[in-house]
Amino acid sequence: MAIREGEVQEFTLEQLKHLVSERALRGETILLNMGPQHPSTHGVLRLLVELDGETIVSVVPDIGYLHTGIEKHCEHRTYTKIIPLTDRIDYLSPMSNNLAYVMAVEKLMGVEVPLRAQYIRVILTELQRIASHLVWLGTHALDIAAMSVFLYCFREREMILDIFEMVSGQRMMVSYFRVGGLWRDVPEGFEEAVRAFLKLMPARINEYERLLKKNPLWLRRTKGVGVISPEDAIAWGVTGPSLRGSGVNYDVRKAQPYSSYDHFEFDVPLGENGDVYDRFMVRIEEMRQSLRIIDQALRRLPKGPYITPDRKVTPPPKEELAWSMEALIHHFKFWTEGFSPPPGEVYHAVESPRGEFGVYINSDGSPRPRRVHFRAPSFVNLQALPIMAKGSLVADLVAIIGSIDIVLGEVDR
Amino acid sequence: MSIQEVVEAVRARFAEALQEVIEFRGETTLVVRREALVELCRFLRDDPACRFNFLSDLCAVDYWPERPRFAVNYHLYSLPHNLRLRVKVFLEEEDPVVPTVTGIWPTANWHEREVYDLFGIRFEGHPDLRRILLPEDWEGHPLRRDHPLVIEPVQFSFSWREIDSRKPYVNE
Repeated sequence: MAIREGEVQEFTLEQLKHLVSERALRGETILLNMGPQHPSTHGVLRLLVELDGETIVSVVPDIGYLHTGIEKHCEHRTYTKIIPLTDRIDYLSPMSNNLAYVMAVEKLMGVEVPLRAQYIRVILTELQRIASHLVWLGTHALDIAAMSVFLYCFREREMILDIFEMVSGQRMMVSYFRVGGLWRDVPEGFEEAVRAFLKLMPARINEYERLLKKNPLWLRRTKGVGVISPEDAIAWGVTGPSLRGSGVNYDVRKAQPYSSYDHFEFDVPLGENGDVYDRFMVRIEEMRQSLRIIDQALRRLPKGPYITPDRKVTPPPKEELAWSMEALIHHFKFWTEGFSPPPGEVYHAVESPRGEFGVYINSDGSPRPRRVHFRAPSFVNLQALPIMAKGSLVADLVAIIGSIDIVLGEVDR
Repeated sequence: MSIQEVVEAVRARFAEALQEVIEFRGETTLVVRREALVELCRFLRDDPACRFNFLSDLCAVDYWPERPRFAVNYHLYSLPHNLRLRVKVFLEEEDPVVPTVTGIWPTANWHEREVYDLFGIRFEGHPDLRRILLPEDWEGHPLRRDHPLVIEPVQFSFSWREIDSRKPYVNE
């Protein structure tokens, strides 16, 4: 199996036999190819499913169809110019990715972030969590044939995207956070827009819950399906709502608070059985908790600067360029050469809507990182799919994929 | 339980294998020898003072052209003690082989496949070491530092004749 540079890896049937059971080789079970163009795989995921009648014997996920080499690109860019790349990893939660990346660079540089910037970051990432969960809820319900929820969810998500457009000029690929703070302060009307959303949303979340929670079809499709035990979930590195659905209390926001999450009161909802239904309930409850956090952050939003005055990581203000030669030089140096962190390595994790999103940066002291690695929660959570799906019906596989909420952009990076 | 106590416990048990302890920005890194890796990882997971039952992340770094060339990082997290720790193993270019930790944390399976795919580092004893992100017939390992970012130059022209004249395979 060993291959060297320039050689092509080749496989014989013998080497791939272990992927399926003995019975498949004798022709007693069916091998079914699901994807990569299957609508319920939420992207381009291919699953090789081994079936005994309608029961799943094993699932072999095949990923990589969306691999874009983001980590390789990062090595060839300055630290500031990597931020737009991080948007594209998990395209349903760019704010969380931005936050993880800029906080890792801040850790590397030893930069303090002003409190106002931290609070605005919290508000926006929590809005992002709600938006991401709305997409999940809509598509997940659509997979299990509940059409109306999808339309309602996207209606509310539009309000959040409007707020994002207001602050960053972009609806999805925001790139709003900068090393040391934010791109600019939030515009006028931001607080009113968030307040209007806060006022409307609790009733809407209750509405989604009512639509599904007492629906006998929904209950039959989700309860007791795709169970994963807490021990298995930890061993397979599952994080986020999928882990908490099994009753393990691990939320990075609580365990290792970042960006002043410890200033806010919120609960970590937990499931009991670790099935599709519990993961659904955890996410619904998480949306409510996010609203709580946003409300507190908005009430206590401090005045002050939105980005650190440390000129090492921030460009000089535009008006200064008109009269200061040094500022002009610094401006050009900053945007062409970039800044050089000290040599070393850091790992910073945040709680993205899908779980622990970690960024590892290895710096060699030059303006470009030696290595950037993204610990993508979807990549790790997808690995637990065969455990959840084993023994269930093939129709339930669609519900299980939906319940782990994968984003293929993040799986493949 | 603090990270210092964990480091002391490891130092007492693995005095020979522990090469270096690095403190940087509040993060602790243990640089260990390859031979003791699996034993150390099992100790870190099972010892009541450590309990690092969660493998957050596993990734490789290419230090090219420095030597030793490769490093594999294990980012561990302890759910009971709420601690993070990084274990690091350096590898020589001629011998990029490291024992697998899938027996300790099953989640390492795909992480190790990814590292194998993109760096060409082999994991001894891995149950299913195949490429994971790239196609099976891909040549080379693109995250190595000596692998170019762009192999075929971007064509800034709308003339097909001009573009074709620069492409080697057209004349084949």
